[in-house]
Amino acid sequence: MSIFLNADSKVIVQGMTGSEGQKHTRRMLGSGTAIVGGVNPRKAGTSVEFDVVPVGPGAEGRSAETVSVPVFGTVAEAKETTGANVSVVFVPPAHAKSAVIEAVDAALDLVVIITEGIPVADSSEFYTYAASKGVRLIGPNCPGIITPGESNVGITPADITGSGRIGLVSKSGTLTYQMMHELSDIGFTTCIGIGGDPVIGTTHIDVLEAFEVDPDTELIVMIGEIGGDAEERAAAYIAENVTKPVVAYVAGCTAPEGKTMGHAGAIVSGSAGTAAAKQEALEAVGVKVGRTPSQTAQIARELLLRG
Amino acid sequence: MDLYEYQARDLFEKHGVPVLPGVVASTPDEAAQAAQQLGGLVVVKAQVKTGGRGKAGGVKLAHNPDEAREAARAILGMNIKGHTVRRVLIAAGADIAEEYYFSLLLDRSERRYLAMCSVEGGMEIEQLAAERPAALARVAVNPLIGIDEDTARVITSQAGFAADVAERVIPVLRALWDVYKGEDATLVEVNPLVQTTDGAIIALDGKVTLDNNAAFRHPDHTALVDKAAEDPLEARAAELGLNYVKLSGQVGVIGNGAGLVMSTLDVVAYAGEQYGVGPANFLDIGGGASAEVMSNGLSVILSDPDVRSVLVNVFGGITACDEVARGIVGALELLGDQATKPIVVRLDGNAVEDGLGILREARHPLVTVIATMDEAAAEAAKLAGKGE
Repeated sequence: MSIFLNADSKVIVQGMTGSEGQKHTRRMLGSGTAIVGGVNPRKAGTSVEFDVVPVGPGAEGRSAETVSVPVFGTVAEAKETTGANVSVVFVPPAHAKSAVIEAVDAALDLVVIITEGIPVADSSEFYTYAASKGVRLIGPNCPGIITPGESNVGITPADITGSGRIGLVSKSGTLTYQMMHELSDIGFTTCIGIGGDPVIGTTHIDVLEAFEVDPDTELIVMIGEIGGDAEERAAAYIAENVTKPVVAYVAGCTAPEGKTMGHAGAIVSGSAGTAAAKQEALEAVGVKVGRTPSQTAQIARELLLRG
Repeated sequence: MDLYEYQARDLFEKHGVPVLPGVVASTPDEAAQAAQQLGGLVVVKAQVKTGGRGKAGGVKLAHNPDEAREAARAILGMNIKGHTVRRVLIAAGADIAEEYYFSLLLDRSERRYLAMCSVEGGMEIEQLAAERPAALARVAVNPLIGIDEDTARVITSQAGFAADVAERVIPVLRALWDVYKGEDATLVEVNPLVQTTDGAIIALDGKVTLDNNAAFRHPDHTALVDKAAEDPLEARAAELGLNYVKLSGQVGVIGNGAGLVMSTLDVVAYAGEQYGVGPANFLDIGGGASAEVMSNGLSVILSDPDVRSVLVNVFGGITACDEVARGIVGALELLGDQATKPIVVRLDGNAVEDGLGILREARHPLVTVIATMDEAAAEAAKLAGKGE
């Protein structure tokens, strides 16, 4: 089992014909994702060829091949023709809002927004719109979501880890990869990078809720970072609603006040948003918090192996 | 990006928010001239991006140009909470009848905007929120709608404005929404918003934060950047397109991905405790970085006189470790004898074998390769501790 994404997910790529879109479509195809189409109104009716090299779990059983992916003029057309239910957005910041709104209007189940640098006003608007229509967004400014061996939507490398018993949710891309790597001996049900922007579509709480009811997820690893109060809110949610063990790591203990640390959302404002406050809130509700990614992985491993 | 009051005032004026005449000055003579131009009583106000300037003596009344000159002389160069005053705003005086508070900001948790308003203005908002929470109206603002007539009415009514005053405040709130939306702000604060004795509503002070991500649709915002107040290393890194923040320690840090770099800073800080050293900077080379980006990053860090050792920590997802390795070798070639600081490298993930091979072959005496993040941080901290 998994959350939000599985082998049956049919995925379209908005921005597939751009350089980032092409590069990552090839990688997603390589990791076994069912990519059924791309969207670009100026190139509707054409198709794009990808030389696909299988990677990750199950790659041995598949051979390298050339895959042709059709390009549609609109998301609605792509959905009607292919039965797509998931979109991944690589569209540049200036056009990301209209791309997301189009995907929401087409009533897809899930829209994953990889694009970094979207104005927060645009994210606030498309989040409000998607929420009113009941469409789940992941991101923006995120690596996406991977259910190892089944489907990979976004830019996460598929060859780090296989399927297993851990659910992973993180604000950061590379820290997600680092944690997948550290715990690759155990493996993951689903790994989600929810993104480092101030306004994101899927929060820690949404993911905790889904992992709690996923029968195959036995332990949840949650990675947070400075800024906002998402981790504190997650702690309050865990206390009331999560029975599975949760292990957490919070990045940015040494971040100075008032400086944005790479992610637009990673900023300590006054006494709010510090790593220490987040760690305390999580520990207070029984979450084990590691001081470093390695220590966090070690805690998770011990909890699982102790059973 | 936080703006100075005078910049916020200009944006307010542009969007039809009523403000008082004001002129910015950077010398005492300019201040006198501005006072002459405005005529009558003026207020000389320090321009700093921090609160509490009034208490620090950064706001003075002046009855004539000579007094304005003296006030500016006293205020310019003043240090307010670590911020040096380089400019003063000379603003016309006003006869204040009442002071109010208004702000509009991004509510990250609720993923919408939040308007806060009170008829008890003039004090710090944190103090008002703590001492008189009932006096502070908090109204959610839908990002798709903004502050329309109805929302403005809800805000003024919850804040407790008298009906006749509310009618005059509503258009001002709507103009402030135009500032927020039109300029891609994440914060617009007016404290105080005042009613003068003749009944006019005026934004007497303003604080605006702009969204850096929206810079592409506001070419005019480039002019608002205060280059003089920037850290020189941060400015150089920005020119090279690098995501760099100067910190106070001795171990230079380069990594890929904001989260991993933040985490690396933490691990360096822990490891550095016993040597009395910490991270010297945050530098994220981003996803899919080329050898050139890596090389630029390394040269910025090596030019920081505070740096005694460097830690390169890369987990290759999109970024290929061979590119990173080529960047390190290339930067060291370029710098030649100027490179004197030891560099500890930890690579893992995409193309790690190729990357390690390149470093092995180069056999640079300054470079040490270590397999894990924790051990690499410990080594870099130890080297920085020795380098004193």
